[in-house]
Amino acid sequence: MKIEDILKERILILDGAMGTMIQRHKLEEADFRGEILKDHPHPLKGNNDLLSLTRPDIIKDIHRQYFEAGSDIIETNTFGSTSVAQADYHLEHLVYEINYQSAKIAKEVAAEFTAKEPNKPRFVAGSMGPTTKLASMSPDVNNPGYRAITFDQLVVAFKEQAKGLLDGGADLLLPETITDTLNVKAALFAIQELFEERGTSVPVMVSGTITDASGRILSGQTAEAFLISVSHVPLLSIGLNCAMGASALRPYLKVLSDKAPFFISAYPNAGLPNEFGQYDQTANEMAAEVEDYLKEGLINILGGCCGSTPDHIRRIAEIAKKYKPRVVNSLLVDSQ
Amino acid sequence: MSQPSTIDHRPLLLSGLEAVQITRSSNFVNIGERTNVTGSAKFLKLIKEDKFDEALEVALDQVRGGAQVIDVNMDEGMLDSKAAMVKYLNLMASEPEIAAIPVMVDSSKWEVIEAGLKCLQGKGIVNSISMKGGVEEFIRQAKLVKRYGAAAVVMAFDEVGQADTYQRRIDICKRAYDILVNEVKFPAEDIIFDPNIFPVATGIDEHRNYALDFFKATKWIRENLPGAHVSGGVSNVSFSFRGNQKVREAMHSAFLYHAIQHGMDMGIVNPTMLEVYDEIPKDLLERVEDVLLNRRDDATERLLEFAETVKGSAKKKEQDDEWRQGTIEERITHSLVKGIIDFIDADTEEARQKYGKPLHVIEGPLMRGMNVVGDLFGAGKMFLPQVVKSARVMKKSVAYLTPYLEEEKRLSGNAGQAAAKILLATVKGDVHDIGKNIVGVVLACNNYDVVDLGVMVPPEKIIEAAKREKVDVVGLSGLITPSLDEMVYVAKEMQREKMDLPLLIGGATTSRIHTAVKIDPVYDGPVVYVLDASRSVPVASELISKNTRKSFQDKMKAEYQALRVDHENRKQTKNYIPLVEARANETKIDWASTIFTKPQFIGRKEFVKYPLEEIRKYIDWTPFFQTWMLAGRFPVILKDEVVGAEATKLYNDANKMLDEIIKSRALQANGVVAFYPAKREGDDVNLYRKDQDESFATFHFLRQQNKKAQNLPNFCLADFIAPDKGKDYFGMFAVTAGIGLEKLVEKHKANQDDYSEIMAKALADRLAEAFAECLHKRVRKELWGYAKNETLTEEELIDEKYEGIRPAPGYPACPDHTEKKLLFELLEGNKVGITLTESYAMYPGAAVSGFYFSNPNSKYFGLGKIEKDQVVDYAKRKNMSVEEIEKWLAPNLSYV
Repeated sequence: MKIEDILKERILILDGAMGTMIQRHKLEEADFRGEILKDHPHPLKGNNDLLSLTRPDIIKDIHRQYFEAGSDIIETNTFGSTSVAQADYHLEHLVYEINYQSAKIAKEVAAEFTAKEPNKPRFVAGSMGPTTKLASMSPDVNNPGYRAITFDQLVVAFKEQAKGLLDGGADLLLPETITDTLNVKAALFAIQELFEERGTSVPVMVSGTITDASGRILSGQTAEAFLISVSHVPLLSIGLNCAMGASALRPYLKVLSDKAPFFISAYPNAGLPNEFGQYDQTANEMAAEVEDYLKEGLINILGGCCGSTPDHIRRIAEIAKKYKPRVVNSLLVDSQ
Repeated sequence: MSQPSTIDHRPLLLSGLEAVQITRSSNFVNIGERTNVTGSAKFLKLIKEDKFDEALEVALDQVRGGAQVIDVNMDEGMLDSKAAMVKYLNLMASEPEIAAIPVMVDSSKWEVIEAGLKCLQGKGIVNSISMKGGVEEFIRQAKLVKRYGAAAVVMAFDEVGQADTYQRRIDICKRAYDILVNEVKFPAEDIIFDPNIFPVATGIDEHRNYALDFFKATKWIRENLPGAHVSGGVSNVSFSFRGNQKVREAMHSAFLYHAIQHGMDMGIVNPTMLEVYDEIPKDLLERVEDVLLNRRDDATERLLEFAETVKGSAKKKEQDDEWRQGTIEERITHSLVKGIIDFIDADTEEARQKYGKPLHVIEGPLMRGMNVVGDLFGAGKMFLPQVVKSARVMKKSVAYLTPYLEEEKRLSGNAGQAAAKILLATVKGDVHDIGKNIVGVVLACNNYDVVDLGVMVPPEKIIEAAKREKVDVVGLSGLITPSLDEMVYVAKEMQREKMDLPLLIGGATTSRIHTAVKIDPVYDGPVVYVLDASRSVPVASELISKNTRKSFQDKMKAEYQALRVDHENRKQTKNYIPLVEARANETKIDWASTIFTKPQFIGRKEFVKYPLEEIRKYIDWTPFFQTWMLAGRFPVILKDEVVGAEATKLYNDANKMLDEIIKSRALQANGVVAFYPAKREGDDVNLYRKDQDESFATFHFLRQQNKKAQNLPNFCLADFIAPDKGKDYFGMFAVTAGIGLEKLVEKHKANQDDYSEIMAKALADRLAEAFAECLHKRVRKELWGYAKNETLTEEELIDEKYEGIRPAPGYPACPDHTEKKLLFELLEGNKVGITLTESYAMYPGAAVSGFYFSNPNSKYFGLGKIEKDQVVDYAKRKNMSVEEIEKWLAPNLSYV
């Protein structure tokens, strides 16, 4: 069954945070390095994506926990797997491999669950983070025209990532946590190029991040301007994730829900971090906030970002069952 | 209304930082044309001389003049057009006022267009593509435009040449349209035809129909090519009258007037070079229209003749320069907030003369202005790019002062002394640096040598640079939460390297407690959390001075040690106790010696159309200013150095509106109060009718369950009611000041007056709270009368110095909203116009309800978290399911 058809039937559940779950294992430098990188001259601790190669057991287990909690879609462990982001660790050469393996192991776990429960097929979304550099803002206050990265460089990096994800078996591609719309436009450009070259395509989801109370993404766009800027691609879904808690995201999801001719996704953080950077919001608290979206019929795809755990996802999945998905208005016509 | 096809009605959607929607009903869209080197000699000169800052002002001028899309063209033989386009668009992106609107990338060279598209985060417009180079190239370019996510201007141009007749115009447009829509699958609404505006009144006969043909072709396109838009470069039409602004402006306006009537919905127009159609002198208009519409054989001659008589005196553009009338401090703040760079040098000089010392200018008006920027940013009223702009203005001002600073140093003999060096870095994994940049600016202003490593800086680079540059202090910054761990890691690495440089910690998620608990213990050198940019200077100076460093370090280490101990203790005491134990630790009240007062009446009493002028006296203004994001307590806020002026303005406006509301009775205040004999039963309060033994209603309350320090009770509101029947009383109330608000707001909405709308709502809220205060006072002194001799000022009332309390359901002492159900049944709130929604919110929203407790021992408290045992008990008492209670009390549950 195609995901587009399932989405018309019910709300699909994404997974929760990967980082929070990895932290529970209290991994050390050696875990990150594994055998293959034991002589790598630079520190690797904290490079979570690398664990897909060096500790696939842990990553698969996390995927499994989310599927058990009720996720329909899990994200690959590839948020930072572009040559741009991996340059911090001097691992540009492993980018394709990380993406390929991450998709592969995620797909294996998904297949296990689909086999067990064929009427609830499980999907793998290839996570594509924003990279570590912004294409439309200068990092140098004295030189506002400067750019740390160009569109073309981003296209190359995202294309390499998308190739690995597709070859590894990702069912969907998901550029997410978008802080600069120009970055995601480059990702979408790369994805479209790749689809054309291969003559095949998979559904694409896009998820932006509203940074603060100004209601804008970091690069300054409003939610509506963001939507317009990516609507040239026939997306499966558009939505918001990360920053701020679920309640704070609601008004901006409403904007997207009102205007977008695509399905709507939301996977907020488990509230706001406390002074130690930890997320205190309980599963019940988060689910209660998320339920407001559902009551308003804003959502088709729901999950969690920073601080959310399988418990959060389980609770969200339970609540989502009670509600009908948002109906997509595919022809948003002028009221005139 | 019938819809010929849906496609016809899809709007053209564009974006800069904001969304722009162009529909059939939209007004004509102005496309700014002055940032075009082919059309503006001034702009060309600025670009050629590499004066991009000034060139940017041209764009700003256009936006402020009313342009809704901005056209950028760098096609000039002597320019590297591609490089100039990229540089200019990137600079435009850093000016939020300009970046708000969509960009039209204008070039005859495809490679320049493509380079431009790669700089736009929003959805812009390509100007232009056409079939000039053949259909194949046209299709290739159109596909790419679509892939980059832009709309396109399509010129009426084909392999043969530019369309210059009506027939050629519509033939080419039809052909291009079919290819785009059917082959390329280009969205029809993203197609903007330019059917060529050519000069008229040239003296050449073939040109006489140019304007008329354009009008007719426009009409045909709009009627026959569904969804497509029509645009054009308007100033072309008046080419023959270069130098005669008066005539040109009249021609542009008249041309636009007719073109718009025929369906042209966008145009490249200099909005500052347009006369209002109705204000064109009748004789001039007649001659202009004769030319445009080709109405007379001698039309050109007559217009030329007329042109001789009107010289110059073009319409002067108006700019809002009113703010220049303010004080020097206000002007500097304005420039900083708006990011205006034009006047800052002159204003800085004026401030320097007024303040005497350059450093006083920095520490005075400049810092105050930056504080306003910081406040606005924190309140979400400014966003990042704007703050960056403000920092640039700040830097410019400081740059102006630098020679004076140096001169002063030279005179005071400090010249040769090397400045202390401070390294700043946003840690690995984090791209946020606005705070760090502001700190950098402030430190530099205070004569520190700042080494800024930028963002995403790995620890090894920080350490390496600290050693190489021989810095005196290292400052780490970060905004996102993982940066907290990263800072700990950097500190550990510095310790491993046996460094002892002072380490400053700053950024939005950092905190004193985190610094004390997590960072300070892993590093032996001084570690100091810096709250904001203004604190960075004193801290740095203490740490750098040989005299103070040791004692400051010891002081900080001791302080953080104490914080850690405190934190550890708090963590341990954050335990919960079983409900039984909590109940055993109830509020101890000596009921035997308590004097009970009987209220004037038992049952309910309505207060309808309560005089607003009376209520007004009880308004607590502080929350009103909070609503408007102005921080500070009333009334001192009115004199506040930073927000005082704004607060005073707001306060005056509010009172003016209040006067009107009271005079016109636009709002109505209704309330209801009730009292009943009451008896406490465990954590419940039972109510009785006068002559009945059986309780007829029960309110349920919750008890604090966190472990308390000795002698502190686990509070529950029920504790404040006597346990013996026939002694105590319980009161309740509901008030609103929101009746009529909807109508009032509607009026402001219709006028698109957001300010008044928000103001009216904020005032209704304040009046409702004030009404509650006013009525509570009457309850104490008269209606219940347990404090007949109370003499408290309004301020003392606001500070809750009165006896007894009025907690509201849904608030900290009794967070369960569902208790409002019984409350409203007893009060019969609907009779005075207050009802509950299904989620127990009061309607109208400007309403307050609650309970009255008269006991002098009663006090406000926060329930905090409760345990499952109490939830189960409470559910049983309320005859509701545990799940339902858990749903309503979710924020108060200690468990998942």
